[in-house]
Amino acid sequence: MRCDDVIDRLSPFLDDELDPVESQAIVEHLATCTSCSAALARQQKLSADLRAELEYHRAPDLLRARIQGDARASLGPADRRAPFAVPWRWLSAAAAVAVVVGAGWVALIGTNEREFAAMTREAVSDHVRSLMADHLDDVVSTDQHTVKPWFNGKLDFSPPVDDFSASGYPLVGGRLDYLSGRAVAALVYQRRKHVINVFVWPAADGGATMSPVSTRQGFHVIRATHGGMAFCLVSDLNADELRAFAKMVTG
Amino acid sequence: MPSGGLEGFDASVLRYLDAAYNLARYLLRDPHDAEDAVQDAFLRAVRHFGSLRGSDGRAWLLSIVRNTCFTRLRGRRRAAEAVEFDEVEHTAQASESEPEADLARAMAAVTLREGLDRLPVEFREALVLRELEGLSYKEIAQATGVPIGTVMSRLARARRHLSIALGAAGKVED
Repeated sequence: MRCDDVIDRLSPFLDDELDPVESQAIVEHLATCTSCSAALARQQKLSADLRAELEYHRAPDLLRARIQGDARASLGPADRRAPFAVPWRWLSAAAAVAVVVGAGWVALIGTNEREFAAMTREAVSDHVRSLMADHLDDVVSTDQHTVKPWFNGKLDFSPPVDDFSASGYPLVGGRLDYLSGRAVAALVYQRRKHVINVFVWPAADGGATMSPVSTRQGFHVIRATHGGMAFCLVSDLNADELRAFAKMVTG
Repeated sequence: MPSGGLEGFDASVLRYLDAAYNLARYLLRDPHDAEDAVQDAFLRAVRHFGSLRGSDGRAWLLSIVRNTCFTRLRGRRRAAEAVEFDEVEHTAQASESEPEADLARAMAAVTLREGLDRLPVEFREALVLRELEGLSYKEIAQATGVPIGTVMSRLARARRHLSIALGAAGKVED
């Protein structure tokens, strides 16, 4: 196979979409041709960069609830259709709880209440997702000097990373996550057997605030701002210890 | 195989809501438009759920979503034709039928995200479905309603132009 033919087929080759004969011919060519191998490496890097850098936009919870409501109205059992509209009710009840809990603090930092409730929901689902399978941490390290540089180039800010082992809250790793449509740093700490996710992103202003502990799906959530960063802590740890930890994290 | 009713719909279609929304975001490049389009698409999917009959729920849903999005894009283009040239320019992107050299010129970009935004929308769609959704060429062909060969060439061209744009911002020729 000539170089031109190989270059033309690198894209489907990379996607494993060529028939075995063509694929084999390319493998043989690549073994001896450095310029085509370099071209393959560039394509592989492009794919990896796309997967790493492009945001995966998950559907907002409110959209999901609307769509579930629509589907239920047309497809659900006839006797349970219109009167129930369950997701909406659940959602507004849950939002109401979050709003009551967070309202004072929300007014303080000027976030609107709906945004606050939506972000709390999202942070809790991120936390739950992080507990599933091996998703918890992409960089497993108890060393803050390994975790902090890992975020370089992955985020447009540098999250504060500290280890609190001495106080009984060891750092176990970090990963990228998404909250309210932006990439955030997720730092993972542990308190005994409890996992604590600390989501960090740049705050709109530099004030220092801390919300009361709110509860959602059995998890405790605290929002805070400090030193130009916004924090959201989620854990099944008891409220008092989580509050104490939030104070450490926000200096 | 999906059963009928709400449970069947949840299991074979609704579970791909994130994929639907992500595709709409990349096609329309506007969160509110994307939400509206996805909700419209799901209303349509609910109405026509009976016609799914055991085929691939993801490709089926994504084809409804992308058709809804393309209808909106055509509406935008018509609206743009009626306004000032500057605004048209501002939202312009290369089209699939442009010659390679013109496309390369339109693609002179620096970041991955900008490069992706400047690709013809059909190329961007193929890349998102392949790289972010991990669909096979066959599934992409089903979702976008074109032959597999077209998927293959769209992806190859999309990657070539992205590489050029990233490798040499400012350089316009291949």
